[in-house]
Amino acid sequence: MCRLALKTASEPFSPFTVLQAMEAMQEGYDGSGLGLLLRGLQFVDYSYKPSDPILSGIAHTEDALFRLHAFMQDRGFGLKYDHEFEVDFSKIEAKDRHKYILRVYNKPVAWASLSPEEIEYQMMLTRLALRKDGEDHGGDLTIFAFWPDVAMIKEVGWPLGVGEALKLDSHRIKSRICMAQGRQNTNWGINLYACHPFFIQGIATMTNGENTAFIPIKDWLTGKGFPAYIGYQSDSEVFAHILHYVVKQLKLPLQAYKHIITPLKSEELKAHPQGDFLLGLRDACRRLIIDGPNAVIGTLPDETCLLVMDAKKMRPATIGGKPGEWAIASEMCGVDAMIPDRDQSLDFQPMRQHTVIVPPDRQEFKIWSQFDQFPLPQAA
Amino acid sequence: MVSIRSIPSTPSSLTTGDLPWIIEHREDRCTLCGRCTAVCPVYAIRLTYMRQRMPRLVLSSSERGSSYRTFVGIRQKTEIANKCIGCGTCAMVCPNSAIKPVPNPMFDRFRFQSTVGGEPIKRGGRRNDPAPGLLDKIIFTRISMLTDPALDAGRHEFFLNTLLGRVLSPEEYIRRKTAGEWIPPVREIFPFIIGSMSFGALSPNMWLGLLQGVAYCNEVLGIPVVMATGEGGCPPWVLKSPFLKYIVLQIASGYFGWDEIIRAIPEMQCDPAAIEIKYGQGAKPGDGGLLMWFKVSKLIARLRGVPEGVDLPSPPVHQTLYSIEESVMKMIQTMSMAWNFRVPVYPKISGSNSAKSVLNNLVRNPYAGGLLIDGIDGGTGAAYNVSMDTMGHPIAANVRDCYLDLCAQGKQNEIPIFAAGGVGKTGNVTQNGMALIMLGASGVHMGKYIMQAAAGCLGSEQNRCNVCNIGICPKGITSQNPKLYRRLDPDQVAQRVAETFMAIRTEMKKIMAPLGRSQSLPIGMSDAIGIGDESAANRLNIKYIC
Repeated sequence: MCRLALKTASEPFSPFTVLQAMEAMQEGYDGSGLGLLLRGLQFVDYSYKPSDPILSGIAHTEDALFRLHAFMQDRGFGLKYDHEFEVDFSKIEAKDRHKYILRVYNKPVAWASLSPEEIEYQMMLTRLALRKDGEDHGGDLTIFAFWPDVAMIKEVGWPLGVGEALKLDSHRIKSRICMAQGRQNTNWGINLYACHPFFIQGIATMTNGENTAFIPIKDWLTGKGFPAYIGYQSDSEVFAHILHYVVKQLKLPLQAYKHIITPLKSEELKAHPQGDFLLGLRDACRRLIIDGPNAVIGTLPDETCLLVMDAKKMRPATIGGKPGEWAIASEMCGVDAMIPDRDQSLDFQPMRQHTVIVPPDRQEFKIWSQFDQFPLPQAA
Repeated sequence: MVSIRSIPSTPSSLTTGDLPWIIEHREDRCTLCGRCTAVCPVYAIRLTYMRQRMPRLVLSSSERGSSYRTFVGIRQKTEIANKCIGCGTCAMVCPNSAIKPVPNPMFDRFRFQSTVGGEPIKRGGRRNDPAPGLLDKIIFTRISMLTDPALDAGRHEFFLNTLLGRVLSPEEYIRRKTAGEWIPPVREIFPFIIGSMSFGALSPNMWLGLLQGVAYCNEVLGIPVVMATGEGGCPPWVLKSPFLKYIVLQIASGYFGWDEIIRAIPEMQCDPAAIEIKYGQGAKPGDGGLLMWFKVSKLIARLRGVPEGVDLPSPPVHQTLYSIEESVMKMIQTMSMAWNFRVPVYPKISGSNSAKSVLNNLVRNPYAGGLLIDGIDGGTGAAYNVSMDTMGHPIAANVRDCYLDLCAQGKQNEIPIFAAGGVGKTGNVTQNGMALIMLGASGVHMGKYIMQAAAGCLGSEQNRCNVCNIGICPKGITSQNPKLYRRLDPDQVAQRVAETFMAIRTEMKKIMAPLGRSQSLPIGMSDAIGIGDESAANRLNIKYIC
């Protein structure tokens, strides 16, 4: 089972603090992968404008880097900043790493006339095109994200080891949100694309536990024909895609996510104020019901964070913290490591009906229950 | 050598050793009570006088000779019409275990004489292939052993139900719900459904027992079982009862029973579970329903609106069938309209290479509530042997192809596929059903299995009994003769129905728990199954295991 840690704070912090929390949960992963996602970025040596897209990935060869450069140039992206990691390659397990990419671009001039949705779609297509380019060349280019204010790092190895190899402890990058996952390799091969968090159009999730309903969910998502519903090197990738589908495609409020992945029982819905709508929604989204056991931790582009469980509630994921600073981890010791000076008695472990939401203001976290009124007036 | 004419031999003369079933009778145990001869449905045995020579074995030649003893004994008839069907009713009633039928271990000659009278064999039952089917060979291999511990089948809460009816895509559902438009009706039902068997094919006691059992499953056990009527309508008291919601009414090409149904609509307390439009059936593809005159009793005649004692063959196709598109569209809409679009309507077809075409047609029909595909191993009350044994398509590949086709279009949640035909043929009903569900079916229909499990049907794929067509069912399941159907106690059938579904429910949990599934029926969970037959694995796109 993987270990997950998320910290969100009004003041940017170094991702290394989250990696140290991963160390507290060390018995839960095997060093087969580390994934990091940073939002609300601050660079020590660059004044970043949060609307500029950032490309995250790894070029495994010089050729791949050249191709990447040419690709971006051809499409009119202007390179504004290229973050140079001070990498100690001797500490990196894999030997085919040429350059860790964290580059800030200017959007092409041609995009000026596009709507925000079209721009989001184009950024996604750019990421997919680069990913495909890497796959077409023997996997020499791995692309994790291309999105404003999001940086992603994935590497094989122990979290702290990877952090040290990339000199994340030098605190040159800081962020208001950091998601980290230490991977326990289960039924899939060691593959960078299998490392959590998974990212799609600004939405990211990470999960522990195995997804036993993976194949039917994957088959359904693939059948939607949306270009980014691909990959699935990990069975947990579908959690991110379902969240994307709910929020971006169906345009439902965040609370709908829980109603779709773990719907209430028919008899419970009959007593629900919007049971009629939710029953139909459950039927329509039936193939997206997850079967856990999983804890899903996610973040949205507006820096909202969330934590949900599967319906069996077999995972002990916990949220704790204080106004302005919250930590979510798959185990309580992870929260302890990230925010030790909090009132532990206010920690919360969500039950099967709960969605824990930390809004962007970070003043308090909200516990939303599926039994509560569903916030969609026109459908009520 | 004697002249041939003096031996009573015709081309169709048979001896007991030529028949498929041979009566084994032990004269030393027989008390000549006569029960066996009284119950034999085909009069295959008779009490008869016989003479035995008693030689006097003495030395003196003048005293040698024979005396004769006359006694009463039991003999098997060898006439075609009275061939033993192997039902074993004689053994069931014999107080001394003196009699039983045994299958002929030799290659029987009866099969060459079965056309006497110019009529090929007609019978009830299934395809006579007793070997375990492909479904029996599928096993569940994805056992949760890593970070997803196997669940506790006895303690966890399981969601086992499926959906019957057209499900909209999420986008369309939200659009219509917001706009206040029509949402197609959907039923949440148990995925094991009692398949279509008509009131007429089944005796009143059997039908009543099934309905009682289904009502008990729904109202006491909380298992939402539904049963399909087959073509032939439904007794008016059922149509006007609150039990109608557990019933799938079938309309087929003869439209039998629909006068009564239409007339009852204004007085219905609830809607039926669904309407099934039968275009074909797996046991006899291309044939309509057939209720032979033996079974058209006064009650059946009244329900179907026909004279008593006439054969009731439904036409092979619906009279409206100019093209499948037109017919399906017309009938589905008409039936939907009859209940004001509150009842799911779906067609039932024979398993066929062309099933995918029908399915694709339904995908584009916004009123179609599903597709039921009935495979070659399905049972029937009456059909020609050649149709049953050789016509049709096995269900597994048919369902799989259709499911994968839906997946490619992203429509697998919108049109549920139901599978039928041989589910539980060898007794592994839950395993067979769950294998089909993981291949992509939303649920399965079972008819013959329910007759066997709930009422003790004697039929088998070794051609045992299988006389459902002529109304002489020794258990009273498929007879309209009160002397026979009174043998069947509806309360006992109801109890067996409840027991059967309780057992299926437990077995479903025992299959789903080790796979780590409890929150939804694992439809299309093809990664969980495997088969030790490489070509079948390739064909079904599942894992080959060895």
